[in-house]
Amino acid sequence: MENKFTSRFRGIGQYGIFLAFVIICLTLALSTPKFFTVSNLMNIGTQVSINALLAFGVTFVIITGGIDLSLGSMVAVTGVLAASFAHPDTYPIIVPVFIGLVGGLAIGAFNGLVITKSKVPPFIVTLGTMTIGRGLALILSNGRPISNLSDSFNFIGGGNLFGIPFPIIILILAFFICSAILNKTILGRYMYAVGGNEPAARASGIRVNHVKMWVYTICGLLSAVGGILLTSRITTGQPNAGAGFELDAIAAAIIGGTSTSGGTGTMTGTLIGALLIGVISNSLDLLNVTSYYQQVVMGAIIIGAVVLDSMGKDKN
Amino acid sequence: MTETILQIKNLTKSFSGIKALDDVQLTIKKGEVHALMGENGAGKSTFMKILIGLLNPDSGEIIYDGNIIKDNSVSEISKRGISMIHQEILIIPELTVAQNIFLGREREISGNKNGWLNDKNIAVKATEFLRELGVDIDANIKMKYLSVAQMQMVEIAKAVSNNARVIIMDEPTSAISDKEVSTLFRIIKDLKSKGVAIIYISHKMDEIFEISDTITVLRDGKYIATKNASELDKNSLIAMMVGREINNMFPEPVAEKGKIILSVKSLNKKGKFAGISFEVHAGEILGISGLMGAGRTEIAEAIYGLSPADGGVIFINGQEIKIKSPRDAVSYGIGYVSEDRKRLGFIPQLSVSKNLTLASLSKHCRGIFIDNQKENKAVDQMISDLKIKTSGRNQKVTHLSGGNQQKVVIGKVLATLPKVLILDEPTRGVDVGAKFEIYKLINNLAVQGIAIIMISSELPEILGISDRILVLSKGVQTAILSRSEATQELIMKYSIQ
Repeated sequence: MENKFTSRFRGIGQYGIFLAFVIICLTLALSTPKFFTVSNLMNIGTQVSINALLAFGVTFVIITGGIDLSLGSMVAVTGVLAASFAHPDTYPIIVPVFIGLVGGLAIGAFNGLVITKSKVPPFIVTLGTMTIGRGLALILSNGRPISNLSDSFNFIGGGNLFGIPFPIIILILAFFICSAILNKTILGRYMYAVGGNEPAARASGIRVNHVKMWVYTICGLLSAVGGILLTSRITTGQPNAGAGFELDAIAAAIIGGTSTSGGTGTMTGTLIGALLIGVISNSLDLLNVTSYYQQVVMGAIIIGAVVLDSMGKDKN
Repeated sequence: MTETILQIKNLTKSFSGIKALDDVQLTIKKGEVHALMGENGAGKSTFMKILIGLLNPDSGEIIYDGNIIKDNSVSEISKRGISMIHQEILIIPELTVAQNIFLGREREISGNKNGWLNDKNIAVKATEFLRELGVDIDANIKMKYLSVAQMQMVEIAKAVSNNARVIIMDEPTSAISDKEVSTLFRIIKDLKSKGVAIIYISHKMDEIFEISDTITVLRDGKYIATKNASELDKNSLIAMMVGREINNMFPEPVAEKGKIILSVKSLNKKGKFAGISFEVHAGEILGISGLMGAGRTEIAEAIYGLSPADGGVIFINGQEIKIKSPRDAVSYGIGYVSEDRKRLGFIPQLSVSKNLTLASLSKHCRGIFIDNQKENKAVDQMISDLKIKTSGRNQKVTHLSGGNQQKVVIGKVLATLPKVLILDEPTRGVDVGAKFEIYKLINNLAVQGIAIIMISSELPEILGISDRILVLSKGVQTAILSRSEATQELIMKYSIQ
């Protein structure tokens, strides 16, 4: 019976987050005229995009019952990598983008490989990769920011297409692709199976290690997209960029109803989680709340969301 | 001896509008073993959860020792002396036996109120209780080193140390050996003589008649009757439980035997089994019998690749094959329904539909994408073929009764179209009605030409359904008996050889 209630409340939990999101938006729209303007909404979308991309990646990982702490470092490595090849009049735009993506793919695959071959918990493996990645970013950049990037590269994070900031377009594309992977493909179904009951998944003939390799690799790839976006937006490859991004991404996934014990979660939930974080920090900005308080509020929201989610475990 | 300790009246409980319990009653007398019988889904679990305070009833009265229970929190109820020995034993593996027994009551046992532990005192007290029960378990070893049966004894000791006057036992014998069952029964009789009442839930008929004084039957959430055990026999009890008579539990095997599908030669695995050689024909049901720990499940897991054998050869249709993982086994047409349904059978978070297609998903796909229409069609077909009782394909599998969960697991394996099907305790924890259906299903599969290996601890079942019976003793194959020569006595003889 416990499961029944939990699942029902999980439903309400996600619904509740959506409701909370709508209510907060409405309240803001009524309280400050600056909120519900096209420019501010675009601004929020752009700010949210990188966190949302990382959150999509880590949602896959968490659904399989794992965790990835190396997201932030992967953002830095791939950003620095891409920046190194993005100086004006050197390579065509495709080269830095491609190299950045391959870098993310490689680190993600490395995570997956170590986790599946060594049976060391993902928490520890990716904690290690987090530090390695940060070191690599510093080595690759000699510890200095890489600036002087080409205009075409800077378009990725700063440009507009049909009046919509390019990062928002990437975010929307990534959302649909990730949702499709999760809901429409065999791989997506297997992710839920592995996270829900790994021995049973294996006994059903599912190659559990393949599934895990895939999720960490996809997570690396999405981090690379985030890294390239960030580098382009700040027009600099920063070896210290992305520190703490992994926690924001995990927070978005959890606020969106992804269970850290694996087996449940949706991309829609994660997207709302990321938007909620974005809207709240934006509104606190608009209301002139200092960033110190913003952190306190954000922490409270994470706990609140999980409390809402676990309320179903009480007896009826 | 005839004084009432616990009385439940007019108990009703609904889940989202569906009545799980409808006006149920139960009267428990001091010092009796009261069996609570019913098919899966009859409402026994809900009933017991209400009794120990895990669920709130919609209406009804619980009268304990003459008083109506108003505060039905779990801690209050256990303080009053109602304890439950759960089917899945709830222990902390890294704590010692003694620490587990007094978990949550350290203050009163330590004898000081300021929060310092007195582990020595706890150990001494625990040893006392264990000795009183007549079980030989060291109170100072970590819980994780105990067998399931020993853990059960510890749970009982915990209940007794808590002055339990009513102990609920939910399928206590489902995972322990025959010898351990007799120890358990001795303890139950001992508790009885001390005036402790036992509410006993089990699907095993023989046990019920051996141990219980009174039997109450529930069916579809309704109270059917309470009778003295001596007034009933197996058939009349089954009739009360399922609402109809099942005269012949086991359908006659009618399948024609074809050529050899699976053959195994001198299979061995260090410390588990050795020298296992047998063959199974198309349409044949080969039973595997043996005591707990004889290596039955290990052999099945080796053939299926869950835990591959060290040596020996496996042939499918005369061709030698290597099996290193379940995936290999599935690709060679071997299906396995594990005895451990919860661990290896299904994914609890997923729906009936997603569980059913899990092992055969590539059949319902276009490229890498799942074809939902095709999947749904296949699932609906399976649900009707296997007579799975569900509110719909999107119902969560955990909301089904045990028997229906088992059908989902069998369906999942059948969807891979196996040529060889290994069923490990397929009717464990499954009620009589569903058992009968599973037997019919197995026979139908044999008729379709599938080679079936059936592992079971229940001798009547193995005798009733198998064409031949392979008997194991301590990892060694001691006999292969034909249907005509096999008897319970003969199987037992070879099992303990």
